[in-house]
Amino acid sequence: MHIPRCVEPVIVMDDLLREFLIETGEHLDTVDVELVRFEREPADRDILRNIFRLVHTIKGTCGFLGLPRLEKLAHAAETLMEGVRDERIVAADCVTLILATVDRLKLILSELERLQAEPAGSDQDLIGELQRASTSLASARSAPQVLPPQVPPPRATPPQVLPRAEAAAPAGIVPPGLAPAETGALPPREEAQTTGSAQVGSVQAGPGQAGQGQTGQVQAQTVRVGIDTLDHLMTMVSELVLTRNQLLDHARRYGGAETLQAPLQRLSNVTAELQDGVMKTRMHPIGSAWAKLPRLVRDLTRELGKPIELAMTGAETELDRQILEIVRDPLTHLIRNAADHGLEDAAARVAAGKPARGTIRLHAFNESGAITIEIADDGRGLDFAAIGRQAVARGLVAAGEIGRLSERELAELIFEPGFSTSGSVNAVSGRGVGMDVVRTNIIKVGGTIETVSERGRGTLFRIKIPLTLAIVTALIVEIGGQRFALPQVCVEEVVRAAPGTDHAIRRVNGTALLRLRGAVLPVIDVAELLRLPRLGEEDCGYVLVTKIGQQRVGLFVSSVINSEEIVVKPMSAKLRDIEIFAGHTILGDGAVVLIVDPNALGRRVGQDVLRNADLERAQPAASVELDTVTLLVLRAQDLGMKAVPLSLVTRLEEVDAGAIEWLGQRPMLQYHGRLIPIVYLDDGATPPRSGPQALVIVADGERVMGLAVHEIVDIVDVALDIRPVASRPDLVGSAIVRGRATEIVDIAAFLPRAHDDWVALSGRANAAGTVLLVDDNPFFLALLGPVLKAAGFKVRPAAGRDEALRALAEGGPVDAVVTDLDLAGQAGLDLVEAIRRRPEGPSLPVVALSSGADDATLDRARALGIYDVVAKFDRSGLIAALGEARTAWGEAA
Amino acid sequence: MSALDAAPAAQPPEAAPGETADYVTFTVADQLFGLPIRAVHDVITIPELTPVPLARPDFAGLVNMRGRVVTAIDLRSRLGLPCAAARPGRMAIGIEAGGESFGLIVDGIGEIVRIDTRAHEVSVHLGEVWTGLSSGIHRVGDAFLVVLDVEAVLDIGHPELDTRHNPRAKVT
Repeated sequence: MHIPRCVEPVIVMDDLLREFLIETGEHLDTVDVELVRFEREPADRDILRNIFRLVHTIKGTCGFLGLPRLEKLAHAAETLMEGVRDERIVAADCVTLILATVDRLKLILSELERLQAEPAGSDQDLIGELQRASTSLASARSAPQVLPPQVPPPRATPPQVLPRAEAAAPAGIVPPGLAPAETGALPPREEAQTTGSAQVGSVQAGPGQAGQGQTGQVQAQTVRVGIDTLDHLMTMVSELVLTRNQLLDHARRYGGAETLQAPLQRLSNVTAELQDGVMKTRMHPIGSAWAKLPRLVRDLTRELGKPIELAMTGAETELDRQILEIVRDPLTHLIRNAADHGLEDAAARVAAGKPARGTIRLHAFNESGAITIEIADDGRGLDFAAIGRQAVARGLVAAGEIGRLSERELAELIFEPGFSTSGSVNAVSGRGVGMDVVRTNIIKVGGTIETVSERGRGTLFRIKIPLTLAIVTALIVEIGGQRFALPQVCVEEVVRAAPGTDHAIRRVNGTALLRLRGAVLPVIDVAELLRLPRLGEEDCGYVLVTKIGQQRVGLFVSSVINSEEIVVKPMSAKLRDIEIFAGHTILGDGAVVLIVDPNALGRRVGQDVLRNADLERAQPAASVELDTVTLLVLRAQDLGMKAVPLSLVTRLEEVDAGAIEWLGQRPMLQYHGRLIPIVYLDDGATPPRSGPQALVIVADGERVMGLAVHEIVDIVDVALDIRPVASRPDLVGSAIVRGRATEIVDIAAFLPRAHDDWVALSGRANAAGTVLLVDDNPFFLALLGPVLKAAGFKVRPAAGRDEALRALAEGGPVDAVVTDLDLAGQAGLDLVEAIRRRPEGPSLPVVALSSGADDATLDRARALGIYDVVAKFDRSGLIAALGEARTAWGEAA
Repeated sequence: MSALDAAPAAQPPEAAPGETADYVTFTVADQLFGLPIRAVHDVITIPELTPVPLARPDFAGLVNMRGRVVTAIDLRSRLGLPCAAARPGRMAIGIEAGGESFGLIVDGIGEIVRIDTRAHEVSVHLGEVWTGLSSGIHRVGDAFLVVLDVEAVLDIGHPELDTRHNPRAKVT
């Protein structure tokens, strides 16, 4: 607060100057953005008018405040722009020159801020160029034949006129309250109040909007508030939230007086609203962090000699100012990287059949309490082979293991410190610093970064960050008798683990592992890591599934207590070296708990554990459990043990044998309002006519049959070690189940017995032709063959990739391919890739089978044009997909 | 607490020769210690401690003091003595440093004593650990008062001090 007395003009000046610096800084940023936009849309006169107005305002204010140096420079720029205003086409050199002027203005401003006075020096160099450009514009207009205008390249002029200012600028100390313009706490709600022609052209993205507030035609509906003030407010609100939570907790426990309930409820609501409101003041459109990017890309275009287009969407997406600050640099870095490494030069692009101009897309959107930012280029994609070589050369991965890494895991390596596959180092990037910093910064705010890349198509970085840091929802868990908090965003799911259940923890090479829906996760025993006593039964507790880098990891804790909103407070500086704790908080009941950072846990455990799990995944043979099948064990009339895969079974029933009606030689049963055929598992024996009869109901689409058995014994999980029995078409093979030799029944073989028309009906698909069925597991090969045959296909079985390729090479009819995706290693996808390379390959319909493919595999499968990925036991799904794939193909052809 | 409340307004402990300074006294393992009254923020009773896993043993844990989180330091451990058994109701001297709150857990709180800084200074060898942590020894009646150096006490994890004096601190 100042008192405008004439005897103290200095104070008045200080405030004015401060105001001027903030305003002008913002104006210049807008000019930056607008100019680049103008260059792309030279027909848009409104943009130019706006720029002109801004520069004019700067000039006017400088004159008013007595800043001659700035005024002269702004004047020269204004003169040139005045000339440009009348031109139909504006030379890029003119724009570059004005941009250079903007840079110089900024330089002087930062000095002005430091010294509180305009720095000494001359800008005659730039002013001269600006004047020359104006003159040549004017002469070009009077005599259009004299072309091109002789504008000297501005880059050639080193700014040595301001050596002192330059040296000082980066270290300039910002006086308190003088925040950098772009972090200004101006709430981004100005559009509503903007009036008149201030709207610039068609308002598109955030950067465009940034200019609207400063056109002078806007009624001031906003107040500038120092960042410190907002931060303090936020802290106090956080404290209030905590206190409210404690009060509520107290009321819950001890049941406060009736009269307290209503005010307490009101306090609770008001607090929530206050929290919301204060959070909003801290929210900033992400566009403000993007404002400098068009300029950056323009400069990169020149520096690298590549035409680059920057497309930005979702600039209005808001997130916490603090987080915005942290992601600003990573974004810039990723854009630089995309421009330098991601995009090819124009010639290479044209040769590859792409538009000469490369595109970098920036897209932000809100999604379930987090913000996602995608940076994508349509360049060459990551060179996975080169990454692999570098990783081996740097000792990050053993040479023997590199082949086992998936593309996703390879992509993860580019975030390792010092990693660079760029052949040369240039001014833009390629120094091997940065990507690790990018990841570190993002992880620091509890975010994740993911890479998707396709050779020749481009690379996409997907960053996910929480909206705010101050208040987070956390899971309160118990580890070694002590409570800890874990940010809930980090936890994908919670699994109850106990020995002898589906989710039992087992150990391989000393690494605890959990099998979850076909995937194997390494499990970190947090108690052990924190050197806390392990309480309770061994391996009995909860596994929190989280992601460390790209790797899903389980965190083993004794119990999960509840989830609570917590206010994150930083760890004492004395304890920060422990790293595992991201901070602490006070819970509703007043207890202090430590907040565990899963990423730090992962770092602490190190790569050994994660690597072990990788090996486990890459070699399914090493883990017996991975290849198990659930069997329904039956006893036939002759008391022999038989089994069928449970997944083929619809229901188990027990009926009175007398209820089975014999229509001639055919046993039938009234079942849920319809007559279904019954087939006796052992057709040699005389079927009983009375007493209980166990039935296994098998359905295939509309057709249902009952398999009559003597007894249903058990359901067991067994390792798939099945020996085919050659001479028995009714058997898939035999296996040892619980120490007894058991015949695995091929249900498909029984189907025609129940329905004469089974094959005939599907006979309409008979034209379907020949299917190449690929599976390296003889069991599935034997199981699926009859299923496909029953559906009217001719089947050519192949026990693996090589055999399949041989079969294709031999020739003979193959009209469609059904392949297992889970072939050892990546062979399933590799096979499809190899098929696609064959002459007839691109048009061959392919349906894949999988018992649990991850997203990356599915993405790749789609990319390879695989029609559908069907669960392994989903027979009707398989037949349907095969039919559709063939139809779709037929139509396409 | 009452002793503190009754204390006269804080005076600079590093008073001129011949002048007096006030010290908050407390005992650890029957030894009398003191801190300049200016350095002491308050005296707290520790209700419940949240231990910090993997921290050096000198850190007893975190305490919620009316919404403020205080890092409690086990002074016994800091002085190279065996840690006291954790029990509720222990007393701690609250100090502020670097914008954070710390509590030095002690066995008992004594009274405020006023000492003639010069006259009572004595020279006794205390052993390396204590010497490193104290800024002087004074005679108070027939006892010795070891004045602690707050900065040194809080400088836990200083590599040099650790290796020389407190090998246990290297655990992590």
